Amino acid sequence: MSRRLTRRRALATLGLGAPALLLGCDRLGRAPSFRDMVLETGEWLSYRAQRLVAGQALAREYAPSDMSPVFRTNGSTRPRDPDYLAHAETGFADWRLAVDGRVARPGTFSLSDLRDMPARTQITRHDCVEGWSAIGQWTGVPLWHLLQQTGIRAEARYIVFHCADDYSGRPYYESIDLADAAHPQTILAYAMNEAALPMGHGAPLRLRVERQLGYKHAKFVMRIEAVATLAETGLGKGGFWEDRGFYEWYAGI
Amino acid sequence: MGSDDRPLQGGDLIRRHRLSTRLWHWVNAAVLVVMLGSGLMIFNAHPRLYWGQYGANPDPAWLEIGNDGAEGYLRVAGAEIPTTGLLGVWTGHDGQPTARAFPGWATIPSTYNLALARRWHLTFAWVFAVPLVLYAVWSLANGHLRRDLWPKRREMRPRHILRDAADHARLRLPRGTKAARYNILQKLSYLAVMILLLPGMVLTGFAMSPAMAAAWPWLLDIFGGRQSARSLHFVFAAALVLFFVVHVAMVLLAGPVNELRSMVTGRFRLPPERERRG
Repeated sequence: MSRRLTRRRALATLGLGAPALLLGCDRLGRAPSFRDMVLETGEWLSYRAQRLVAGQALAREYAPSDMSPVFRTNGSTRPRDPDYLAHAETGFADWRLAVDGRVARPGTFSLSDLRDMPARTQITRHDCVEGWSAIGQWTGVPLWHLLQQTGIRAEARYIVFHCADDYSGRPYYESIDLADAAHPQTILAYAMNEAALPMGHGAPLRLRVERQLGYKHAKFVMRIEAVATLAETGLGKGGFWEDRGFYEWYAGI
Repeated sequence: MGSDDRPLQGGDLIRRHRLSTRLWHWVNAAVLVVMLGSGLMIFNAHPRLYWGQYGANPDPAWLEIGNDGAEGYLRVAGAEIPTTGLLGVWTGHDGQPTARAFPGWATIPSTYNLALARRWHLTFAWVFAVPLVLYAVWSLANGHLRRDLWPKRREMRPRHILRDAADHARLRLPRGTKAARYNILQKLSYLAVMILLLPGMVLTGFAMSPAMAAAWPWLLDIFGGRQSARSLHFVFAAALVLFFVVHVAMVLLAGPVNELRSMVTGRFRLPPERERRG
């Protein structure tokens, strides 16, 4: 009899304990101190550990036969900005990319300027934070080449990408560190699958930063800014989703 | 552990689990809850699984949890199973039908939040992986793996395994001195978990990380691509849940107080031998 009771009690503990545990996790997940002191440690550790292990290793490049038959779009697929739409009408003929901030020679570049620079073509896998992957071919100018052209200064620590799209009036932006900025596969792509970059994928120019998740790959890039700190851009966390949604700034995992 | 020199017998209190085993066990118990809950939440962001290097909405999925309006379904390898109320569509906290794959009572957090679930998952992944490595090294060093877990040659005879399986099926669990050591089914299931499933969770997790897949491209090769690794991550997790259910059931059958005490204090009372009949 006593054994039966014990079993019943054990089962009841399991039955009630599990949901109570999950509700406790909900509570902890809302507490700012738990977020700061516990839930953000994973990003801190992954950033340092992966930089140590991965170094400047290249992301896998695939054969044309490995490419996704259909590369789905995600996020903004048509910015609302009138200036942007006017440029889109004319095929971005008069559009110019601005490069400024902590650079010696700030300047602007047309699409043909960018196409005249050294180009890199790579077939890589795009991994969305949601879990899906698509393989496509990208052609563009290595970001580091552009930053050297403009004379990136010693105090620059991050590269910020200002975009033409917005969510509820808040412009999209993203940022990467210099290790990723100098990585050979980090390019500003103006072509996808051997055609001009379509609007759904970020025309006229998008970032490819192959060792991080999709939301880091800023689309509709209008301006590139070299900064010493991320604190002065947006809400200071280095990206739109980082500011608004508790997403990790370092998205290598 | 009688004070005299008489041999061990049923009813004796023995030292069963060393401190490292007990610590690791309870850390894992907590980590399993967090990883499973947050993992199911992450799955909800894209409740489809694929084989191969790529896989997204336009590509065929071998497993999908979804809904047609108010009807939830699970599609596995072409078969469709109605799951309304449990998967695909279920009643949320607010009493309203919610169209997500796994229900709120099973996920961390209980309402849809991919960013927060990732923070839980990718922080507690460290609490899972680091002790796993430490325990593996320690178990090799202190002989736990060789002495307590690795099957003896005679235990691997088919007749022995079948007899042990038949005893388990009839719920005739080992008693007396036989209960002082793991039986062959226990050894095989613990080894499968420790050598295959747990490292498999870590490595399939690494294979999904774009930075780790760049650093260690062999990860993509051993699992057959990132989306295959994601599918296997899910399959291994399901196998761990199955292990957990059987494990808890066996604890309840074997005597929950004695078993729990042995995993807290290390001391285990050998169940008395059965009365011999006829």
